[in-house]
Amino acid sequence: MSPGAFAYLGGMVLACAALAISRRNPVHSVLWVLVMFFHLAAIYLLLGAEFLAAVQVIIYAGAILVLFLFAIMVLNIRQEEMGPRFSGGWPLALALVLALAVMLLGAWGSLRLPEAGPFGPELLAQKGGHTKALGEVLYTTYLLPFELASLVLLVAIIGAIVLAKKRLK
Amino acid sequence: MVGPEAFLWLSLGLFLIGTLGFLTRRSIIIMLISIELQLNAVNLLLVSLSHYLQDPRGQVLVLFVIPVAAAEAAIGLAILMALFRLKAAAHVEQIKEMRG
Repeated sequence: MSPGAFAYLGGMVLACAALAISRRNPVHSVLWVLVMFFHLAAIYLLLGAEFLAAVQVIIYAGAILVLFLFAIMVLNIRQEEMGPRFSGGWPLALALVLALAVMLLGAWGSLRLPEAGPFGPELLAQKGGHTKALGEVLYTTYLLPFELASLVLLVAIIGAIVLAKKRLK
Repeated sequence: MVGPEAFLWLSLGLFLIGTLGFLTRRSIIIMLISIELQLNAVNLLLVSLSHYLQDPRGQVLVLFVIPVAAAEAAIGLAILMALFRLKAAAHVEQIKEMRG
Protein backbone atom coordinates (compact mmCIF):
# COMPACT_ATOMS: atom_id res chain seq x y z
CA MET A 1 0.00 0.00 0.00
CA SER A 2 1.40 3.40 -0.97
CA PRO A 3 1.93 6.05 1.76
CA GLY A 4 -0.51 8.45 0.09
CA ALA A 5 -3.35 5.90 0.06
CA PHE A 6 -2.60 4.95 3.66
CA ALA A 7 -2.56 8.59 4.79
CA TYR A 8 -5.92 9.33 3.12
CA LEU A 9 -7.69 6.14 4.23
CA GLY A 10 -6.26 6.14 7.75
CA GLY A 11 -6.98 9.83 8.26
CA MET A 12 -10.54 9.39 7.05
CA VAL A 13 -11.07 6.38 9.33
CA LEU A 14 -9.88 8.29 12.40
CA ALA A 15 -11.79 11.47 11.47
CA CYS A 16 -15.05 9.59 10.82
CA ALA A 17 -14.68 7.67 14.10
CA ALA A 18 -14.11 10.90 16.04
CA LEU A 19 -17.13 12.50 14.33
CA ALA A 20 -19.26 9.43 15.01
CA ILE A 21 -18.73 9.47 18.77
CA SER A 22 -19.21 13.23 19.07
CA ARG A 23 -22.42 13.91 17.08
CA ARG A 24 -25.58 14.76 18.99
CA ASN A 25 -27.98 13.01 16.62
CA PRO A 26 -27.54 9.19 16.61
CA VAL A 27 -28.52 9.03 12.92
CA HIS A 28 -25.57 11.28 12.03
CA SER A 29 -23.30 9.03 14.11
CA VAL A 30 -24.45 5.95 12.21
CA LEU A 31 -23.89 7.68 8.85
CA TRP A 32 -20.32 8.68 9.81
CA VAL A 33 -19.67 5.08 10.88
CA LEU A 34 -20.97 4.02 7.45
CA VAL A 35 -18.37 6.26 5.74
CA MET A 36 -15.72 4.79 8.07
CA PHE A 37 -16.70 1.22 7.15
CA PHE A 38 -16.28 1.94 3.44
CA HIS A 39 -12.80 3.34 4.03
CA LEU A 40 -11.92 0.29 6.15
CA ALA A 41 -13.12 -1.93 3.31
CA ALA A 42 -10.81 -0.03 0.95
CA ILE A 43 -7.90 -0.65 3.35
CA TYR A 44 -8.74 -4.38 3.40
CA LEU A 45 -8.84 -4.37 -0.40
CA LEU A 46 -5.41 -2.75 -0.64
CA LEU A 47 -4.07 -5.27 1.91
CA GLY A 48 -5.09 -8.10 -0.41
CA ALA A 49 -8.11 -9.31 1.59
CA GLU A 50 -10.83 -8.97 -1.08
CA PHE A 51 -13.27 -11.35 0.58
CA LEU A 52 -13.09 -9.49 3.88
CA ALA A 53 -13.61 -6.17 2.09
CA ALA A 54 -16.82 -7.55 0.58
CA VAL A 55 -17.90 -8.96 3.95
CA GLN A 56 -17.17 -5.62 5.61
CA VAL A 57 -19.47 -3.80 3.19
CA ILE A 58 -22.22 -6.44 3.12
CA ILE A 59 -22.42 -7.37 6.81
CA TYR A 60 -21.18 -4.30 8.68
CA ALA A 61 -22.49 -1.57 6.40
CA GLY A 62 -25.44 -3.54 5.02
CA ALA A 63 -26.75 -5.44 8.03
CA ILE A 64 -25.44 -4.12 11.34
CA LEU A 65 -25.78 -0.41 10.57
CA VAL A 66 -29.26 -0.94 9.13
CA LEU A 67 -30.14 -2.66 12.40
CA PHE A 68 -28.93 0.44 14.28
CA LEU A 69 -30.95 2.75 12.03
CA PHE A 70 -34.00 0.52 12.49
CA ALA A 71 -33.65 0.65 16.28
CA ILE A 72 -33.27 4.45 16.24
CA MET A 73 -36.38 4.72 14.05
CA VAL A 74 -38.46 2.43 16.29
CA LEU A 75 -37.35 4.06 19.54
CA ASN A 76 -37.93 7.60 18.21
CA ILE A 77 -35.45 9.10 20.64
CA ARG A 78 -35.97 12.81 21.12
CA GLN A 79 -34.09 13.21 24.40
CA GLU A 80 -30.70 13.20 22.73
CA GLU A 81 -31.53 16.60 21.26
CA MET A 82 -31.58 18.08 24.77
CA GLY A 83 -29.10 18.05 27.61
CA PRO A 84 -25.37 17.42 27.57
CA ARG A 85 -23.98 14.81 25.20
CA PHE A 86 -21.26 13.58 27.50
CA SER A 87 -21.71 12.21 30.99
CA GLY A 88 -20.41 14.13 33.97
CA GLY A 89 -17.51 11.76 34.51
CA TRP A 90 -15.80 12.52 31.20
CA PRO A 91 -12.51 13.85 32.68
CA LEU A 92 -12.07 10.53 34.50
CA ALA A 93 -12.92 8.65 31.28
CA LEU A 94 -10.36 10.68 29.35
CA ALA A 95 -7.73 9.92 32.00
CA LEU A 96 -8.58 6.21 31.77
CA VAL A 97 -8.23 6.26 27.97
CA LEU A 98 -4.86 8.04 28.22
CA ALA A 99 -3.73 5.45 30.80
CA LEU A 100 -4.81 2.68 28.40
CA ALA A 101 -2.82 4.37 25.60
CA VAL A 102 0.28 4.53 27.82
CA MET A 103 -0.10 0.85 28.74
CA LEU A 104 -0.54 -0.28 25.13
CA LEU A 105 2.41 1.84 23.97
CA GLY A 106 4.49 0.35 26.80
CA ALA A 107 3.60 -3.16 25.65
CA TRP A 108 4.62 -2.14 22.12
CA GLY A 109 8.32 -2.35 23.03
CA SER A 110 8.10 -6.08 23.67
CA LEU A 111 6.36 -6.80 20.34
CA ARG A 112 8.38 -9.18 18.17
CA LEU A 113 6.89 -10.06 14.79
CA PRO A 114 7.59 -13.66 13.72
CA GLU A 115 8.90 -14.74 10.35
CA ALA A 116 6.49 -14.42 7.42
CA GLY A 117 4.47 -17.57 6.72
CA PRO A 118 3.73 -19.37 3.45
CA PHE A 119 0.41 -17.62 2.65
CA GLY A 120 2.11 -15.28 0.19
CA PRO A 121 1.25 -14.09 -3.32
CA GLU A 122 2.80 -17.18 -4.96
CA LEU A 123 0.64 -19.61 -2.97
CA LEU A 124 -2.46 -17.48 -3.63
CA ALA A 125 -1.79 -17.46 -7.37
CA GLN A 126 -1.20 -21.21 -7.31
CA LYS A 127 -4.46 -21.88 -5.42
CA GLY A 128 -6.50 -19.65 -7.72
CA GLY A 129 -7.20 -16.52 -5.70
CA HIS A 130 -7.40 -15.19 -2.18
CA THR A 131 -11.03 -16.15 -1.56
CA LYS A 132 -10.47 -19.74 -2.59
CA ALA A 133 -7.37 -20.11 -0.43
CA LEU A 134 -9.14 -18.57 2.58
CA GLY A 135 -12.14 -20.85 2.04
CA GLU A 136 -9.91 -23.92 2.01
CA VAL A 137 -8.42 -22.96 5.37
CA LEU A 138 -11.83 -22.07 6.80
CA TYR A 139 -13.57 -25.29 5.75
CA THR A 140 -10.78 -27.69 6.75
CA THR A 141 -8.70 -26.53 9.71
CA TYR A 142 -11.32 -24.20 11.20
CA LEU A 143 -14.50 -26.15 10.41
CA LEU A 144 -15.62 -26.61 14.04
CA PRO A 145 -15.25 -22.90 15.02
CA PHE A 146 -17.09 -22.04 11.80
CA GLU A 147 -20.05 -24.21 12.82
CA LEU A 148 -19.96 -22.76 16.34
CA ALA A 149 -20.19 -19.25 14.84
CA SER A 150 -23.50 -20.24 13.26
CA LEU A 151 -24.67 -21.43 16.69
CA VAL A 152 -23.74 -18.02 18.15
CA LEU A 153 -25.85 -16.34 15.48
CA LEU A 154 -28.80 -18.69 16.15
CA VAL A 155 -28.67 -17.92 19.88
CA ALA A 156 -28.50 -14.19 19.06
CA ILE A 157 -31.57 -14.40 16.78
CA ILE A 158 -33.64 -16.25 19.39
CA GLY A 159 -32.43 -13.97 22.18
CA ALA A 160 -33.20 -10.81 20.24
CA ILE A 161 -36.73 -12.01 19.40
CA VAL A 162 -37.45 -13.03 23.00
CA LEU A 163 -36.12 -9.75 24.40
CA ALA A 164 -37.77 -7.41 21.92
CA LYS A 165 -41.22 -8.97 21.57
CA LYS A 166 -44.18 -7.56 23.42
CA ARG A 167 -45.39 -9.39 26.51
CA LEU A 168 -48.29 -11.66 25.58
CA LYS A 169 -51.14 -11.75 28.05
CA MET B 1 5.56 1.01 1.12
CA VAL B 2 3.80 1.27 4.47
CA GLY B 3 5.05 -1.07 7.20
CA PRO B 4 3.05 -2.91 9.87
CA GLU B 5 3.88 -0.23 12.48
CA ALA B 6 1.65 2.28 10.67
CA PHE B 7 -1.30 -0.11 10.97
CA LEU B 8 -0.55 -0.64 14.66
CA TRP B 9 -0.78 3.14 15.14
CA LEU B 10 -4.01 3.40 13.14
CA SER B 11 -5.59 0.49 14.97
CA LEU B 12 -4.52 1.88 18.35
CA GLY B 13 -6.04 5.27 17.50
CA LEU B 14 -9.33 3.73 16.38
CA PHE B 15 -9.53 1.54 19.50
CA LEU B 16 -8.88 4.50 21.80
CA ILE B 17 -11.55 6.61 20.05
CA GLY B 18 -14.01 3.73 20.51
CA THR B 19 -13.09 3.39 24.19
CA LEU B 20 -13.48 7.14 24.72
CA GLY B 21 -16.91 7.09 23.07
CA PHE B 22 -18.04 4.14 25.17
CA LEU B 23 -16.93 5.75 28.43
CA THR B 24 -18.13 9.31 27.85
CA ARG B 25 -21.39 9.23 25.90
CA ARG B 26 -24.74 9.09 27.70
CA SER B 27 -26.76 7.57 24.85
CA ILE B 28 -26.84 3.76 24.89
CA ILE B 29 -27.05 3.58 21.06
CA ILE B 30 -23.81 5.54 20.67
CA MET B 31 -22.17 3.36 23.32
CA LEU B 32 -23.07 0.30 21.18
CA ILE B 33 -21.65 2.07 18.09
CA SER B 34 -18.44 2.67 20.06
CA ILE B 35 -18.16 -1.06 20.75
CA GLU B 36 -18.42 -1.62 16.98
CA LEU B 37 -15.55 0.85 16.50
CA GLN B 38 -13.42 -1.10 18.97
CA LEU B 39 -14.17 -4.41 17.23
CA ASN B 40 -13.27 -2.82 13.89
CA ALA B 41 -9.94 -1.62 15.29
CA VAL B 42 -9.12 -5.21 16.26
CA ASN B 43 -10.23 -6.46 12.83
CA LEU B 44 -7.98 -3.91 11.11
CA LEU B 45 -5.00 -5.08 13.18
CA LEU B 46 -5.74 -8.74 12.41
CA VAL B 47 -6.05 -8.14 8.65
CA SER B 48 -2.91 -6.01 8.43
CA LEU B 49 -0.78 -8.47 10.43
CA SER B 50 -2.23 -11.33 8.38
CA HIS B 51 -1.04 -9.46 5.28
CA TYR B 52 2.46 -8.69 6.55
CA LEU B 53 3.06 -12.10 8.17
CA GLN B 54 1.49 -13.95 5.19
CA ASP B 55 -0.63 -16.08 7.50
CA PRO B 56 -4.34 -16.85 6.87
CA ARG B 57 -5.21 -17.22 10.55
CA GLY B 58 -5.66 -13.48 11.09
CA GLN B 59 -8.30 -13.28 8.37
CA VAL B 60 -10.04 -16.43 9.64
CA LEU B 61 -10.21 -14.79 13.07
CA VAL B 62 -11.81 -11.69 11.51
CA LEU B 63 -14.48 -13.95 10.02
CA PHE B 64 -15.26 -15.13 13.57
CA VAL B 65 -15.25 -11.62 15.04
CA ILE B 66 -17.87 -10.38 12.55
CA PRO B 67 -20.67 -12.83 13.65
CA VAL B 68 -19.92 -11.99 17.28
CA ALA B 69 -20.24 -8.28 16.45
CA ALA B 70 -23.54 -8.91 14.69
CA ALA B 71 -24.83 -10.96 17.63
CA GLU B 72 -23.73 -8.26 20.07
CA ALA B 73 -25.50 -5.53 18.09
CA ALA B 74 -28.72 -7.57 17.83
CA ILE B 75 -28.83 -8.48 21.54
CA GLY B 76 -27.78 -4.99 22.65
CA LEU B 77 -30.46 -3.28 20.59
CA ALA B 78 -33.08 -5.80 21.76
CA ILE B 79 -32.18 -5.07 25.38
CA LEU B 80 -32.40 -1.34 24.59
CA MET B 81 -35.87 -1.83 23.12
CA ALA B 82 -37.08 -3.81 26.15
CA LEU B 83 -35.65 -1.12 28.43
CA PHE B 84 -37.23 1.68 26.41
CA ARG B 85 -40.62 0.00 26.59
CA LEU B 86 -40.27 -0.41 30.33
CA LYS B 87 -38.92 3.01 31.31
CA ALA B 88 -38.73 5.18 28.15
CA ALA B 89 -35.03 5.55 28.99
CA ALA B 90 -32.27 5.67 26.40
CA HIS B 91 -29.58 7.22 28.61
CA VAL B 92 -27.41 5.39 31.07
CA GLU B 93 -28.05 7.87 33.87
CA GLN B 94 -31.78 7.15 33.86
CA ILE B 95 -31.17 3.51 34.76
CA LYS B 96 -30.33 3.54 38.45
CA GLU B 97 -32.48 0.83 40.06
CA MET B 98 -29.38 -1.00 41.23
CA ARG B 99 -27.99 2.03 43.06
CA GLY B 100 -27.52 1.15 46.73
